[in-house]
Amino acid sequence: MGDVNATYASLSDKLFIATIVLYAVAMLGYALEYAFGRRAVKAEAKVLAGAGGPDVTEEETAGGHVNERAERLGITMNQANRAGQVALVLTWIGAVLHAACLVLRAVSVGRVPWGNMYEFIIAVVLVGVCTWLYVVTAGHAARRIGLFVTLVAILLLGTATRLYTEAQPLVPALNSYWIAIHVTAAVIASGIFMVGFVPAALQLIRRRYDTVTAKGGRLRFPITLGARLPEVANLERLVFKLHVFAFPLWTFGVIAGAVWAERAWGRYWGWDPKEVWSFIAWVVYAGYLHARATGPGGRRLAPWIVILGWLTMIVNLFGINLVVTGLHSYAGV
Amino acid sequence: MTVDAPPRPAKGKKSPRAVSLARKWWGQLTSMRTALILLFALAVAAVPGSILPQRSVNVENVGKYFTDHPQAAPIMDRLWLFDVYSAPWFAAIYGLLFVSLVGCLIPRLREHVDAIRRRPPDAPARLSLMPQHDEWESGAGAAKLAGVLKARRFRVETREHADGSVTVSGEKGYLRETGNLIFHFALLGLLVGVAVGALYGWHGNRILGAGADAAFCNNLQQYDDYGLGPNISAADLPKFCVQLDGFKAEYLDNGQPVTYAADVLYGEGGEAPTEKFHLEVNEPLRMGAANLYLLGQGYTPVLTYTDAQGNTQVSRTPFLPMNASMLSEGVATFPDANLSATGQRDRTRQMAFEGMFLPTAPEQAPYTTSLFPDSRNPGVMLFPYVGDLGLDNGKPGSVYALDRRQVATGQLKPMQVGFFLKQGESKTLEDGSTVTFTGLERWITVQARSDPGEPVVLWSAIAVLAGLLPSLTVKRRRVWFRVRGDNVTAGGLARTENPGFATEFGDIVASAKET
Repeated sequence: MGDVNATYASLSDKLFIATIVLYAVAMLGYALEYAFGRRAVKAEAKVLAGAGGPDVTEEETAGGHVNERAERLGITMNQANRAGQVALVLTWIGAVLHAACLVLRAVSVGRVPWGNMYEFIIAVVLVGVCTWLYVVTAGHAARRIGLFVTLVAILLLGTATRLYTEAQPLVPALNSYWIAIHVTAAVIASGIFMVGFVPAALQLIRRRYDTVTAKGGRLRFPITLGARLPEVANLERLVFKLHVFAFPLWTFGVIAGAVWAERAWGRYWGWDPKEVWSFIAWVVYAGYLHARATGPGGRRLAPWIVILGWLTMIVNLFGINLVVTGLHSYAGV
Repeated sequence: MTVDAPPRPAKGKKSPRAVSLARKWWGQLTSMRTALILLFALAVAAVPGSILPQRSVNVENVGKYFTDHPQAAPIMDRLWLFDVYSAPWFAAIYGLLFVSLVGCLIPRLREHVDAIRRRPPDAPARLSLMPQHDEWESGAGAAKLAGVLKARRFRVETREHADGSVTVSGEKGYLRETGNLIFHFALLGLLVGVAVGALYGWHGNRILGAGADAAFCNNLQQYDDYGLGPNISAADLPKFCVQLDGFKAEYLDNGQPVTYAADVLYGEGGEAPTEKFHLEVNEPLRMGAANLYLLGQGYTPVLTYTDAQGNTQVSRTPFLPMNASMLSEGVATFPDANLSATGQRDRTRQMAFEGMFLPTAPEQAPYTTSLFPDSRNPGVMLFPYVGDLGLDNGKPGSVYALDRRQVATGQLKPMQVGFFLKQGESKTLEDGSTVTFTGLERWITVQARSDPGEPVVLWSAIAVLAGLLPSLTVKRRRVWFRVRGDNVTAGGLARTENPGFATEFGDIVASAKET
């Protein structure tokens, strides 16, 4: 009992750094594609033209520059799009290293790799990145949106470095097969909520962009980002899909947590701070699903509720683990 | 039994103002908008309970909050801010939410039962107006078209019309609303389960020392603290007795605990504790009428005191851990020290030792911290007191600490400076008496609990999940065919948001054309 394999543990730490670096480079690639890649409008033109004869306009524009700034920098649309391709490949490699980082942690301590907050965040981000890779591979979102997903991923992983905890076996309260059930469900749901938050925020930006441009008003950052974002309806559908998947998982995670709490602490629900905020997040996300079914007013509100939901998740992760003391204080910091 | 619904009361008749007002408010309350607002109110109302100390979670922290905020705390207490989850305003929110829920669900349930019993509705007159539609020539006939829908598990109804046309109606996805209703009724079930647990449940916590002398049987006097539901009395408690046989904790080299394991003996229904059980943090003892959980653990330094007259007493009082290194504090009292010649307690010369226990004491002073939670070098730091312990003044006091009131009034005085004893060592005090740290014992904190609402809650939670999945993933949709001679028209309608319906309709039409 209690043996930690130091070689694997330190290798895991190195992989963690490599993962962050890869995601950062990938983010740069996505950013290049986002800024200087082919316009969404052009892509639609291609589809239309593609049905007919050879795609002349596409050939012409692809080698050209998207705007004056791109020309000044000497970045053609082709190059920018290739940067996006490279970014996606780097994200894949990053995800593999990321997974290896967790697996080595697990091997080095002989348990599931989410026994403290550092590991929990790494796992959540891995699920987020994998979800994103699925979304982009299945064609549910444009590749360049990876810019925002990798941004969130890097921010969270960056926070994890501040919470670094040595690889260690579990404390007795966590030493149960229920950790594999309850925490895994929480990790997967959190990861998908994380990715679901991104298109919700983008949806708001795009919506604002549409309103402002329709009125002919002046655009300011971050609303200017809206020019390269997918249609509101597409983003909205993606948000819904992700949450329809994550919400039942979160529900299951909370229920599994209650079953475990009964075993470990004698009661299935005791309003421990973590339990309170899991409940709040559940209620908020349930509110999102209901708001979406409540006509146009509710639909307008829905992305805001998703943002609120992700905020409750963040409070639950950071606020409750680091500020408040409760039964779930396993942060290890 | 009539098939037709009874005629509704004529609308023209004036209903009393109060009734119409009530109806209006009822409509407001059961609207989705109100439900949403209540949902968010519930989320917001839950927040203070995670920030402020709660009596249900930790009473000591509430007490501390009162000392730290003597002005605000009583006002906050009147607003139930230390009992948020049992506060009337919290109950009002979820009460309204559930009333709103029921008001919304009952009509939906009736509607859904009707929809299930009804046949799929006949095709609309012009299928070309449907969002999905198609038309082709085929001699397949209605029966085969119906077969296409049946193969796709649609509920199918074929109708022949006077004009010679035949319509085939198909509907699918009833499970969506079924799941939706199950989900929401299961939430009500959860509430019922919680209520049953609150009304008929009970729990008791206590420290349990090792050995037959320290064993306890289930009754309220045996618990350090307890909670009884309003519908249960002390006499209703099931009979069982528990004895601690041994306890073992394992630690990593850095002091992190790995396992806590207690060997206990128990007996149910009034029998002596002879059944063995290996009690661990995640392995509660499940008896017929109650469960026993391992919640905590600690040390009992055994202190032997021999007063100046040569009378010896032994103290076995648990010391309570203060931090992860198991530095523990406690007290050893000897009320029968220095008895008078007639054998009466002398309330000016009772003895007590306030102390700190260090499972792994450092090799030299200061003895203020333990180096490791396991007992590698056990030692106690003792501060002797002499005087009136305050045991006989009728006021309730803790057995784990000195009565500070007695010290404050000077009736209990420090006798001399503190000293340190390793296990086995003795110290002779100024009055010629001696105290010896003779041995070390372990204790555990156990909770006995019964919550008869648990099965209701568990099954409701399973139903919540079982209902949730179809309510989110299943799509309700209708497909119709109209056959006029060799001409077939088809129409499709997605009754819920369904981006994939166009594809599905295309597939259905394709297989219909092939038949």
